[in-house]
Amino acid sequence: MELLAFGKTGWGDELFYATLMTIAVSITAMLVGFFFALIFTPLKLSKYKTLNLVGNFYTTVIRGVPELLVIYLFFFGGSGAIMYVASIFGYYEYIEINAFITGSMAIGIISGAYSTEVFRGAIQSIDKGQFEAAKVLGINKFGQFYKIILPQMLRLAIPNLSNVWQITLKDTSLISVTGLVEIMRQSYIAAGSTRDPLFFYSFAAVLYLLLTYVSMKLINKLEVRYSRGY
Amino acid sequence: MDFELMITSFPKLLGATVVTLKLLSASLFFGLFLGLFFAILRLNKNIFINKFAYGYSYIFRGTPLLVQIFIIYFGLGQIEYLRTTFLWVILKEPYWCAIIAFTLNTGAYTSEILRSAFQTIKPGIIEAGKSLGISNKIIFYKIQIPIAIRQSLPAYGNEIILMMKGTSLASTVTLMDLTGVAKYIISTTFKPIEVFIVAGGIYLFMTFIIHNVIKYLEKKYSFQQ
Repeated sequence: MELLAFGKTGWGDELFYATLMTIAVSITAMLVGFFFALIFTPLKLSKYKTLNLVGNFYTTVIRGVPELLVIYLFFFGGSGAIMYVASIFGYYEYIEINAFITGSMAIGIISGAYSTEVFRGAIQSIDKGQFEAAKVLGINKFGQFYKIILPQMLRLAIPNLSNVWQITLKDTSLISVTGLVEIMRQSYIAAGSTRDPLFFYSFAAVLYLLLTYVSMKLINKLEVRYSRGY
Repeated sequence: MDFELMITSFPKLLGATVVTLKLLSASLFFGLFLGLFFAILRLNKNIFINKFAYGYSYIFRGTPLLVQIFIIYFGLGQIEYLRTTFLWVILKEPYWCAIIAFTLNTGAYTSEILRSAFQTIKPGIIEAGKSLGISNKIIFYKIQIPIAIRQSLPAYGNEIILMMKGTSLASTVTLMDLTGVAKYIISTTFKPIEVFIVAGGIYLFMTFIIHNVIKYLEKKYSFQQ
């Protein structure tokens, strides 16, 4: 137990901060994912074939390629790509992006592909009559989406989004390969210096279980809230 | 774009794909049996057996695959007792550790898929079997299992693809699978985009094949309900 003590003697405080880091990366990645979903869901639902193709390309590639490979692409290629863009604008210094941004971008793009599929499914399962009724009532496009479609869509999307959240949360463990100190990386460091990998990796597993358990409970509450009236 | 690198790295990556496929097929094979075993336990009426099977699937689905591999590869070697038993022959090999971790992981997901498939079988089908005087055992093997397999095909196809992506984690325990070799080439040449296109292309091709095989099987074994 003294291994988990807070302060200089144990790894308690380090692991605590690492857990906060995991939560921070997961939330950032989830939001980045929503941003991507916001762009690609309309593309996938568009009536234009070319736009469909772009949307499908994104979700197919990301969901068919291992997460680790995407992370390596961002880790090794991220600063190169930024420097290339900067060089167009005449900036030739070395630019380093920190591990947090690289990691949340990589996981965010992966998470976005899953969110896109969820939103697409949710919108498609809303009755066509709802769109037509809103139109007949003279509600403008903006109001149609925010007042009619979105509330109904959220109810349908939340259970599946909770799956996406779980996937995203677990995927953040892969960022440890880039050196960002989250749960997995901290356990790796602690296991290395105490020579007690069994304890620390098992403890990491418990932390992840705790995170998934607590977030499930919170999401269930949201689900109840959005299902009022059904 | 460095096309020469893409062409020269292709055979290396293709060679590493064999490792990926070996890991995938071995873990799917063992995982299917494990999943079926735990799905049957989940259907058991005994609350302890039921809870045990639920706990197994909850733990393995609630933690990242990376943690599971690390516990098995780095963690289990720490137990002195294990080092003296025959199990050590297996556990000191990263290859087998990866397969064990993948098997346990896919077993947990498979058990959930099969459980829900068993539960969606209409009771009328089993009752029909009973009224025809077929024994419980035969009903299970000849009626319930085939229907459950058909029902779970789409979900299991997804699981195969997820597991194929999961095998990339074998590279974290020193195995040179497709992702491992891709990472090695990236870190020696610093050309991530080219290598990503080739390695990603190979993964996508495998996803495509799996997707279509499952689709074919779904069509072949479809039935009117």
